[in-house]
Amino acid sequence: MVLNLVLPLAGLLAAALLWAAGAGWLAGVTPVASAFAPVPTGEALLQLVQGRDLWEHIWLSLQRVAVGLVIALVLGVPLGVLTGLSAWFSKATTPLFQFARMISPLSWMPIAVMVLGVGDAPVYFLLAFAAVWPILLNTAAGVAQLDPNWLLLARSLSATRRETILRVILPGITAHILTGVRLAIGIIWIVLVPAEMLGVSAGLGYFILDARDRLAYSDLMAAILVIGVLGYLLDHAARSLHRRWLHT
Amino acid sequence: MNAPAVAPSALAPAPASEAVLAARDLSFAHPGIGTVFEGVSLRIRRREIVALLGSSGCGKSTLLRVLAGLAQPARGEVRFLDAPLAEPHPRSALVFQQPSLLPWLTLADNVGFGLDFAHQPRSDGAARRARVAAAIEAVGLAGREAAYPAQLSGGMAQRAALARALAREPELLFADEPFSALDAITRAEMQALLVDVVHRWHSAVLLVTHDIDEALLVADRILLMGGSPGRVLREWTVDMPHPRDEHPEALTALRLAILGALRHSS
Ligand SMILES: Nc1ncnc2c1ncn2[C@@H]1O[C@H](COP(=O)(O)OP(=O)(O)OP(=O)(O)O)[C@@H](O)[C@H]1O
Ligand SMILES: [Mg+2]
Repeated sequence: MVLNLVLPLAGLLAAALLWAAGAGWLAGVTPVASAFAPVPTGEALLQLVQGRDLWEHIWLSLQRVAVGLVIALVLGVPLGVLTGLSAWFSKATTPLFQFARMISPLSWMPIAVMVLGVGDAPVYFLLAFAAVWPILLNTAAGVAQLDPNWLLLARSLSATRRETILRVILPGITAHILTGVRLAIGIIWIVLVPAEMLGVSAGLGYFILDARDRLAYSDLMAAILVIGVLGYLLDHAARSLHRRWLHT
Repeated sequence: MNAPAVAPSALAPAPASEAVLAARDLSFAHPGIGTVFEGVSLRIRRREIVALLGSSGCGKSTLLRVLAGLAQPARGEVRFLDAPLAEPHPRSALVFQQPSLLPWLTLADNVGFGLDFAHQPRSDGAARRARVAAAIEAVGLAGREAAYPAQLSGGMAQRAALARALAREPELLFADEPFSALDAITRAEMQALLVDVVHRWHSAVLLVTHDIDEALLVADRILLMGGSPGRVLREWTVDMPHPRDEHPEALTALRLAILGALRHSS
């Protein structure tokens, strides 16, 4: 119990020490790098959390995560159900999906901007495109692993199609969908920052580039910390959602 | 022991001798694989516990599905309460080898699952809750209503599955090897519980098993299935009061006769 608390803290402390040592060494090479060190970063972070700007960037980024995730769910769950139910559809689409999934979503950026224009739309597209695969594949796996007795039970109750889908199939695959959501959030969070570096004027990705342009390197480091912490919290939320659903 | 809160009397009570289920000349084939069983006729009377015994793969589960209305026979007819059966009857219920509870629902919601479905007999929420409470009480899980399946032991989960079937106040309970995944002590408890609750619920039971002792302890009548394609080869009446485990020696002769027939059945 104590170890569970002490060891992670020790790891974080060691990382902070390495960070300080690295920044110190780098400052010897290029003096401007002293702004990367933990102490100025901490000061910058303190400044930022007291202002409004950072919160607005965070709020926008989280909104984009939500929109991307919702689009991915709206597309991924029905496609996953179809893949899981229909051997035909699955055979026809598996190579395509495996192929598309391995293309970095960011490679679509120029095309997305050309088609959708600058602004939020291409970012949503990239996030949804990155997130749809884990959701689709996990949904399909969930359908394939449904307990056949559940379906038999539904049939023994003369369940309508709607009752079978809403009361058995969807809740029955929700744990898998939540696994997909957790993976999707991880991917979205990684794709978000570079996606926000093009064509938008707010968000954490934009904030990083902006800090660079302002030569505000401590702000830049602070933003990196914020991104890490938020990602950790998002993943934690997705995990606990999964646990709560299964009541384990 | 409590009587069930709602007496299973929504349908006009039939005389106790009348058949709940009557099957005539059933046969069933899997496309491309062949005939599973053929020429099966059987009757299950009201409140009667019938064990269907047979070696592995002889078609017991398939026959149970056909009798439950979950699969259509190639030939023959199944009548439930004297009406042809085209789909599962609302007054029948299933128990499987695995509890197959829905992990996202509480015990109480699992037991009440489906009672509100469109094709189930209309009943208001209070009546449904009373049926669920009576069923949970009867299987000895009172106080556990809010637990989730992940928090139940295997034996408790199978009790919950039995309660789920009882909540439907079945005229006929179909049970496919319901206790074979349980340890010996839990299994014996569950066998006694099954006899107790179906007597109180006035339900008939079709119990698929390949455990002779289970059939002898529980059933009023034992059907032996075997052969290829499968048929009902023999039947025995077990005319002995419950609980039977107090006088196992009285069943020895019957046990040996069934064992001999089972050896020659496949
Ligand atoms: N879905 C299916 N498709 C094709 N063949 C099947 C299917 N289900 C069962 N069979 C075949 O039908 C025959 C009877 O199977 P069934 O499950 O009814 O036997 P059983 O008596 O219940 O066996 P066990 O005691 O092992 O449960 C077996 O030979 C089996 O291989
Ligand atoms: Mg079987």
